[in-house]
Amino acid sequence: MSPHTTRLALSSTALLAAGALTLAGCSGSESDRASGGETTELTISTFNDFGYTDELLQQYTDETGITIVQNKAATSNDARANFFQKLGNTGLADIEAVEIDWAPEMMEYADLLAPVPSELADRWVDWKNAPVTNADGQLVGYGTDIGPQAVCYRADLFEEAGLPTDPEEVAGLFTTWDDFFDTADEYVEATGQPFIDSVNSVTQGLMNQQDSIYEDDDNTVIATENPAVREVFDTVVERAIPVAKYAAQWSDDWYASLANGEYPVMLCPPWLRGNIEGEGPDVTGWNIANVFPGGGSNWGGSYLVIPANGENVEAAQDFAEWLTSPEVQLQAFENAGTFPSQVDTYEDEALTSATDEFFSDAPVGQIGADRAEAVEVEPHKGPLYFQIHDAFNNAIQRVFDGTEPADEAWDTWVSEVDAL
Amino acid sequence: MATAVKGAARTAPPLPGPERPRRIRVLSFSQRLSRWDVKVSPYLYISPFFLIFAIVGAFPLVYTAVISFMDWDQIRQSGEFIGVDQYAWILTQPAFWVALRNTFSIFLLSSIPQLILALFLAAVLDRNLRAKTFWRMGVLLPYVVAPVAVGLIFNALFADNSGQVNAWLGMIGIGPIPWHVEPFWSHVAIATMVNYRWIGYNSLILLAAMQAIPRDYYEAATVDGAGAFRQFWSITLPSLKPTLIFVIITSTIGGLQIFEEPRMFDQFGEGGSANQWLTITLYLYNLGWGDWNFGRAAAMAWLLFLIILVIGLVNLFVTQSLVGDDGGRGPKLTRAQRRALRREARARRAGRKELRR
Repeated sequence: MSPHTTRLALSSTALLAAGALTLAGCSGSESDRASGGETTELTISTFNDFGYTDELLQQYTDETGITIVQNKAATSNDARANFFQKLGNTGLADIEAVEIDWAPEMMEYADLLAPVPSELADRWVDWKNAPVTNADGQLVGYGTDIGPQAVCYRADLFEEAGLPTDPEEVAGLFTTWDDFFDTADEYVEATGQPFIDSVNSVTQGLMNQQDSIYEDDDNTVIATENPAVREVFDTVVERAIPVAKYAAQWSDDWYASLANGEYPVMLCPPWLRGNIEGEGPDVTGWNIANVFPGGGSNWGGSYLVIPANGENVEAAQDFAEWLTSPEVQLQAFENAGTFPSQVDTYEDEALTSATDEFFSDAPVGQIGADRAEAVEVEPHKGPLYFQIHDAFNNAIQRVFDGTEPADEAWDTWVSEVDAL
Repeated sequence: MATAVKGAARTAPPLPGPERPRRIRVLSFSQRLSRWDVKVSPYLYISPFFLIFAIVGAFPLVYTAVISFMDWDQIRQSGEFIGVDQYAWILTQPAFWVALRNTFSIFLLSSIPQLILALFLAAVLDRNLRAKTFWRMGVLLPYVVAPVAVGLIFNALFADNSGQVNAWLGMIGIGPIPWHVEPFWSHVAIATMVNYRWIGYNSLILLAAMQAIPRDYYEAATVDGAGAFRQFWSITLPSLKPTLIFVIITSTIGGLQIFEEPRMFDQFGEGGSANQWLTITLYLYNLGWGDWNFGRAAAMAWLLFLIILVIGLVNLFVTQSLVGDDGGRGPKLTRAQRRALRREARARRAGRKELRR
């Protein structure tokens, strides 16, 4: 509506092109890479909160004399934009944090990243490594945290609806997805209120339990022919939509309802506990059942990667190795609640004894470890995963809103995927 | 530099006398410098603009034009020439046409009420108010708020379930409006954000134009017995025409490039599950920064440029037929009269030359 928006759009186009200009000018400066050894400072870019406090990083400085500079982006999206604008050129930190959601996009450029020494691979739960292993079986990302999901529920609301409230008994209700949806129907019938916060979280949980979803191992798109995907769609439409409060998470409405304590159940990776407590600190009765319908399912988590054309690749590899060691990740877990992906930590007293006061003192450490071990598969996600999944969620949203009937929403999605 | 130019004038060889043969002199280096100074400096002085324009204006234009014909990988800085495939792809996408529809719908829903309200506000501010500056600054206040902040605030207001707007409407018995589901209502909500920001700005521009209207007109009209409304209709509005055209053109260009408000309208910023509020610029952004397909985004940018060009031309013709004299002062003349004037002037010039001879 204004000369100002005009200018903004113009300047962003200009910025893009000017960026391209500088990038073009900078490519080919790989020769000035230092041979390592004499590094005195390393930079690391993270987002949100990885639990890498100044005290934690100081330990490494004390051991090696290398100063660590941490840049924090506000959100994972900011980090993603920054990462892809600079990858392969200059301007990235020695170590960059990458979220699992956009790791598949990054894997197209795996050759621009420094490899992870293969002897480290056993450090992580095996499904953690799959998304950042390239076609030749070479690992390029150091796993940090994971999001093994459990079920968070409100004991007080369960009691009102005549459902059991003890975590063990509740866990018995949610062994399979059928049981889960039956309980949901029961709850909705008894109270007239929605059972779960969002349809998307169910979709996410179901998808991550399939062997293959949208793309097969050589990244051919199979999304629209894959019966598993159609089955997820049908299950979600028939059973999840009727019992969910919203289609998608993170909207203003979703936050408002979270603060009001309107959700009896949320599918719950460890990092979501922070949101639940942060948004609704006055809501009481939260507890966690050590179960996830249909087995284990992972949601979220991150990696550290090292751009191969950085100046301190070898020193950065040493630092990333230290940072993702079980001991250090346990400290990060204590600092920020990021659940470690390192197998050795699951036996550690510091983790297994961890509880969460807000969630009725639930043993969150032990639950996380159990849920992590329950994860059996991690479907292959190719470079188009993000877009296809996004369009899939939009289709579900359209059915939820009544914008389109289920079959039409599916057809629209198919044509969108075909156009990619 | 001014002294250098003066120096050049001073050291210029004296005019040769009539009987002395003209000597060819070798110029010293400083003399040559001065001469270059006179010849080259002006270009040098204006060159920064052109250099900057070349970097941030011409280069991006050419660059986007080139990669719009390619399957471009921004990270590896390489691509394959594929002709007009990107353009063809965009034009066959239903999303593109939906985006076009949305853009125009939001543009109309925002521009028209915005103009009417801005006119009204300006007319009110043009009256003899107490604390004039306070009121004038007051209407400009929303303009100071960053668009993203406006987006965040209005998002909370327009939330489907927990939003204040639906709560207020509920009080007067209107059912909750699905702001994020129905395309029309989402456009209304977004247009509201745009209006909130731009009404004050436009009213001040119109106010400035109103204050330039000679007060005698109003006095004469009052003497003739015209009421306030008649004065507004017959004096204010016609006098505002040139300014109105400026406001309409700027808001057209801005309206076609509307981005922040729809981008901030939900948590994903991609225009809604059924592209309810996807605009052309938002579509461009999704193609570039969502799909990392910069070839496609570049093609989209050129399409947007063509669309704006077409709309701009339409605008020009419409406004030209509305006011022939593009806002200039002086009386309106027919073409024949203008031609006659020109002939006269030419005759006068010829006459002067004749005299000098």
